[in-house]
Amino acid sequence: MDRPYPAITKENAFFWTAGRDNVLRFQHCVACHHYIHPPRPRCPYCLADEIEIVEVSGRGSIATYSINHHQWHPALPPPYAIAYVEIAEAAYVRLTARIVNCAPDEVRIDMPVRVTFEQVGPAWIPMFEPERP
Amino acid sequence: MDKFEDRVRITGIGMSEVGRRLDRDPVGLAVDACLAAMADAGLTRNDVDGLSSHPGPQTLDGYSGAGIQDVEQVLNVHPRWFNSGHESSGHGGALVQAALAVAAGLARHVLVYRSTWESTAQLRAKAGGAVASSPVIIDDLQWLIPSGAMSAANWIGAYATRHMHRYGTTREQLGAIALNARRNAMLNPWAIYREPLTMDDYLSARMISTPFGLYDCDVPCDGAVALVVSAAEAARDTRRRDPIRIEAVGTQLAERWTWDNGEIDQLPLIRGAAESMWSRTDLKPKDVDVALLYDGFTFNCLSWLEMLGFCPEGEGGRFVEGGQRIALDGELPLNTQGGQLSGGRLQGYSFLHEACVQLWGEGGDRQVPRSPKVAVTTSGGGAPGGAILLRLD
Repeated sequence: MDRPYPAITKENAFFWTAGRDNVLRFQHCVACHHYIHPPRPRCPYCLADEIEIVEVSGRGSIATYSINHHQWHPALPPPYAIAYVEIAEAAYVRLTARIVNCAPDEVRIDMPVRVTFEQVGPAWIPMFEPERP
Repeated sequence: MDKFEDRVRITGIGMSEVGRRLDRDPVGLAVDACLAAMADAGLTRNDVDGLSSHPGPQTLDGYSGAGIQDVEQVLNVHPRWFNSGHESSGHGGALVQAALAVAAGLARHVLVYRSTWESTAQLRAKAGGAVASSPVIIDDLQWLIPSGAMSAANWIGAYATRHMHRYGTTREQLGAIALNARRNAMLNPWAIYREPLTMDDYLSARMISTPFGLYDCDVPCDGAVALVVSAAEAARDTRRRDPIRIEAVGTQLAERWTWDNGEIDQLPLIRGAAESMWSRTDLKPKDVDVALLYDGFTFNCLSWLEMLGFCPEGEGGRFVEGGQRIALDGELPLNTQGGQLSGGRLQGYSFLHEACVQLWGEGGDRQVPRSPKVAVTTSGGGAPGGAILLRLD
């Protein structure tokens, strides 16, 4: 069975294909400067409809996590760590992502991480790895 | 306060056969529960003029066993009003809708029901039956599933990890909720898991998604529950002399509707439900005699205890530790039917059913000893939660 991937739409394509350029991109409100995620037709903070797409650093921090030990899908062998990662530019924006290049039991809350990608179908899925000095 | 809840009563309850892999038509389960609830209320289908259900039409994965159409095609009550849907204040939102319709005069006796057949659906899928197999993920699940966060065990496990980190909650404390559920299930004839469970069993069970092991997760099953919601004046026409009042409903969404971009210290989307319920009543947490709190995972239940104000935020682990306080003879008997953890995942509706059982004093071996008068029930969380406070007239 194929790995699951998001349906690419006009609204979400900028996010799911940004990894082709090895960067993360988010919506950003031109009026009130909030980052907006997931993509919305207007800014949920100020309701302005002028929204730009901006690149961020790809750095973030682990807000919390769970180590998955159950095989839910034939193409996703456990164990692996899943985290809610806060992005460096705006801690209120989080991505649910796998933590890679790190043993699952080394994952910690507040651990600094940076983005990396894996391509699945038409999408580049963000993952994060420990930020090593 | 003049509130719609005062204009309605719960006058009957019913439950179908409940079990693992019953291999039965889930519409039949729903109809069985409806017939049982009507009989309990002393009503016939000629008296019923409303239908309300969660979450909508039957689904192949077993989550929904029957929608309104499925049941109406059998019962033929020709309802004056009907409703089903998934986007409501918890699974119990269908009961809130029914109560609103009755209070507004759209119906006098509404059957509220919920059928599920996840256990049989899993069996049929393994046997090569029809399953949804597309790898393409749409809607908000696109932000979770492609990253391998395939289950609520992953999403909710992460909140539990953070609760442990922030408040010092332990696995043994979560385990106290699982063990309490099992002790009560052993006294409940319809519960799925009725063998003894020790803390060693709990701690050594295979891990699903940290910190959740197997016994932190509820058990899929087949079964259906129904309740009759009647107009207060029409309750006199029913069999029971002591109909149950809906004291207050809690329906507010007070946070961003998201699994990962809002509340993460608690189960998301339950705080508003708890606060709005208490805002509609003079009763306080200390007035509650029995608590039936949604336990899709142990942590859901822990978070509901805190959000409802039974203990300060962050103290839930210490509140349940050892299990004495939440036992049948404790200060706050909890999930007397065995919850969904040991009773079976009846999608929120065994909590409503059991609250009525306890208030009517029909719990048999698992009856709370001191004649409970007030019960709190909850459902959901993550997906929006809802809270409903019930009391005897």
